[in-house]
Amino acid sequence: MKIEVLGTGCPKCKKLADTAEAAAKAAGLEFELKKVTDIQEIIGYGVAMTPALVVDGVVKVMGRVPNADEMAKLLKGEK
Amino acid sequence: MGTCGCGGDNLYLLFPCSGAADTGEITDQAARSMSRCGLGRMSCLALVGSDNQPLLDAARRATGLLAIDGCPEDCARKTLESHGLTNVLHLRLSDIGLAKGKSPATKENIEKVVCAALPMMPAGCGPNTAFA
Repeated sequence: MKIEVLGTGCPKCKKLADTAEAAAKAAGLEFELKKVTDIQEIIGYGVAMTPALVVDGVVKVMGRVPNADEMAKLLKGEK
Repeated sequence: MGTCGCGGDNLYLLFPCSGAADTGEITDQAARSMSRCGLGRMSCLALVGSDNQPLLDAARRATGLLAIDGCPEDCARKTLESHGLTNVLHLRLSDIGLAKGKSPATKENIEKVVCAALPMMPAGCGPNTAFA
């Protein structure tokens, strides 16, 4: 599973990355986490708002940080 | 909240119609140009049409939305409003002298749209205010 966190590095972006990593580990998922911080690269993804969570190429969340439960569901494809 | 656009602080989302006509192409290029410069953030009208919840959630939290339509069909504005989005500003190219079928996507015409769009958004949405 490829998890990408798009954000320029503000506290919300870091929290999203931390939450995603913790949830993935807790769920025992095999994953690769990439942080995309370059603003032009972020624009290239076409996300409307940061921070954004992209899982296997699909944007799951924009502009907010899900809690641990929601994150787990997002990563498992339950939401 | 500083200058980061995270969470939609001081962030306008741009929804060009990106239609097939020459004026649709102008809306698309103008929105891309503005987005690259930090003057709002271009977003996918097609994604709204597909009921994409992450984008609809983000659009509701944005400071405002700017629909840029190439002709009086007003597809961008109607698409946003039909999805319950109410904070929509509207720019129609035919209202600023760019007629469909007679307006190639030249640099001058794209700049004309950008210059018409900027005053519609508050002064706070200037260069780099949307991004850290």
